[in-house]
Amino acid sequence: MSRTPKLHVPRAPARPGEKPDFSYVHLSPAGAVERPEVHARVRDMSGLADALVRVIDDDHHAVGPWDPHLEVHDLQVGLRHMLLTRAFDERMLRMQRQGRISFYMQSKGEEAVSVAAAMAMAPTDMLFPSYRTQGLQIARGRSLVDLMCQCLSNSRDMCKGRQMPVMYHWSRGNIFSVSGNLTSHYPQAVGWAMAAAIKGDDDVAAAWIGEGSTAEADFHHALTFGAVYQAPVILNVINNQWAISTFQGFAGGERRSFAARGPGYGIASIRVDGNDFLAVYAVTRWAADRARRGNGPTLIEHVTYRAGAHSTSDDPSRYRPKDEWEAWPLGDPVARLKQHLIAEAGWSEARHEALESELRNHVDDCWNEAITYGTMTEGPFLDENELFEDVFRDMPAHLIEQREQMRNLQED
Amino acid sequence: MPQMNMIQALNSAMDIMLGRDPGVIVIGEDVGYFGGVFRTTDGLQRKYGEHRVIDAPIAEGGIIGSVIGMGVNGLRPVAEIQFADYIYPGFDQIASQLAKLRYRTAGEFCAPVTIRSPCGGGIRGGQTHSQSPEGLFTHICGIKVVMPSNPYDAKGLLISAIEDDDPVVFFEPKRIYNGPFDGDPDKPAVPWSTHPAGEVPEGYYSVPIGRAEVVRPGEDLTILCYGTMVHVAQAAARLVEADAEIIDVRTMVPLDVATLRQSVEKTGRCVIVHEATRFSGYGAELSATIQEECFYSLEAPIVRVCGWDTPYPHAFEWQYFPGQKRLVAAIEQVLEAG
Repeated sequence: MSRTPKLHVPRAPARPGEKPDFSYVHLSPAGAVERPEVHARVRDMSGLADALVRVIDDDHHAVGPWDPHLEVHDLQVGLRHMLLTRAFDERMLRMQRQGRISFYMQSKGEEAVSVAAAMAMAPTDMLFPSYRTQGLQIARGRSLVDLMCQCLSNSRDMCKGRQMPVMYHWSRGNIFSVSGNLTSHYPQAVGWAMAAAIKGDDDVAAAWIGEGSTAEADFHHALTFGAVYQAPVILNVINNQWAISTFQGFAGGERRSFAARGPGYGIASIRVDGNDFLAVYAVTRWAADRARRGNGPTLIEHVTYRAGAHSTSDDPSRYRPKDEWEAWPLGDPVARLKQHLIAEAGWSEARHEALESELRNHVDDCWNEAITYGTMTEGPFLDENELFEDVFRDMPAHLIEQREQMRNLQED
Repeated sequence: MPQMNMIQALNSAMDIMLGRDPGVIVIGEDVGYFGGVFRTTDGLQRKYGEHRVIDAPIAEGGIIGSVIGMGVNGLRPVAEIQFADYIYPGFDQIASQLAKLRYRTAGEFCAPVTIRSPCGGGIRGGQTHSQSPEGLFTHICGIKVVMPSNPYDAKGLLISAIEDDDPVVFFEPKRIYNGPFDGDPDKPAVPWSTHPAGEVPEGYYSVPIGRAEVVRPGEDLTILCYGTMVHVAQAAARLVEADAEIIDVRTMVPLDVATLRQSVEKTGRCVIVHEATRFSGYGAELSATIQEECFYSLEAPIVRVCGWDTPYPHAFEWQYFPGQKRLVAAIEQVLEAG
């Protein structure tokens, strides 16, 4: 019998109007996955790339070898950062809908991925964020006013009006600039880590990308260079199931996990429940310790779900079931940490509501302050002559001339 | 003063900078243990160690992506892209990342990276070892673009590039690595030791980025050129006994407009020559600049002599190469016009 190859075009498990189907998501029970020593050989832990590290069980208790045994205070801080991230997102989303900012990207459903990771790393470690990791900024103590001013392109915008909203950077907080060209920061993070090793520093770099952009060549470059030079770097893939309208199978996730790419490069690789704050914290700390002790890079796949639209320019009801998030087997990271705190640390619905209300008020205060530095329509505005600054360290003659041309037009 | 060819001069520049600044590192394919396919980094790994002169995987995008991160972390990397024809996998990292990092972060982050790359033809390299892509880079705002034409400038400009806080793409015309080439492939090769610019100081010095050099003063016409073409232009001008003012542009970005203007205002005639293809090439920028700056001094239309708008052909490289014959015709055309 003759057979011919047939082009396989990956098909999303459920489209609008269909029943959500997450049967493809391979789960492990909480506490079931072994925790190797941080100096373990890559070949001895390849199972971690296919399993799913989870700590919080169905009864909200922390179980198993990956339990980071965090103090109650740290758990509460983590919850606070996640709630603040969500409250900030909600406010900015509303401001975009009201036309106060041009664009926004929320991180709803993925807050644990960035908040827990930032808390698990040292303040001097360098973070290379993606556009949906505002939790890194918040967990490192960035003022919301600064973030809002960037989104407003107002007189206090850290980017001086040169970047669309959410493309933050923070050199003092050791957070690199968000790039709209996806995964370009992946090999840059490896290079940063190589430099740390060359200089003899014990700082670690970490970078975040979505599963969709693992298809970029820079993903391969980063894993190759990271492995070859055993760079002290953590390469995070946030598998939130959707890259705008294409589901994770279109980036190559149909047959193997994204974490499973790591062992082929000789990189320690772990697949983790990205909605489990404790698991993300534990895995990140493990990877950071491993890197800091000279045992090289780690690839971490965070399995999560993009609860909101890709951006304010996107309408997910056109390509996925409306009730998909409710069917997501790993739940909501905020609710799960809250329930854990209630179960183990004396937290309560009343305290939770009070905290939410406090944070919403804080966000309101920040917004009211941010707009005193200007909005898109009302001053104070940035000096438009600044548009010629920072192309080079010193302005060359042709830019001085062009700035003059612009000034002359303004005076007419 | 010691005699150096261009390879030795470039090697000396990196040697000096590796010695002066512990933040300088060199990385690229075959640059370490072996010393580079053109020997430009010969001996540097032995002298400075494998942490500072680093062999890289064959991944130009990875090399450029990683040196940006190194630059952000306080190093001053010098990346070698083995042939300019191989630079395109790193183009996104150069165009969207390296060039724009300072701007997009309002000066909070920058990467003082130098990217060295041998360019140009005349070495039987065919279309994948002969290209001159400088025009693709001059169109990007935020990087400086340099191409030396002799050992003295090569060393001084490379030291300036490494010291520069902005990224620099540094093209090395490989046809003149070993000696000045006047465009006649049938003549025996001439070593740099017979040329005044082959005298290169042993120690530190720099040639500023952003300044053109008048190689030969003249009154009748101006020839704007750079790289290998500086030598071809001189030979062509001698052939027709034209009193040509020959200007080595040296730095394409930023361009030394004042030196160009001064010359064409004097001569009123201008020929522009480069080995890269003509359409949308860097010569178009030079031509537009001369027209804008010197229109009322011009006595003849500006003429461009460039590589044909085809890929660089292996078997017909001397038909492709803008050699003396085509330059002589252009000089005569410009002198006779008006």
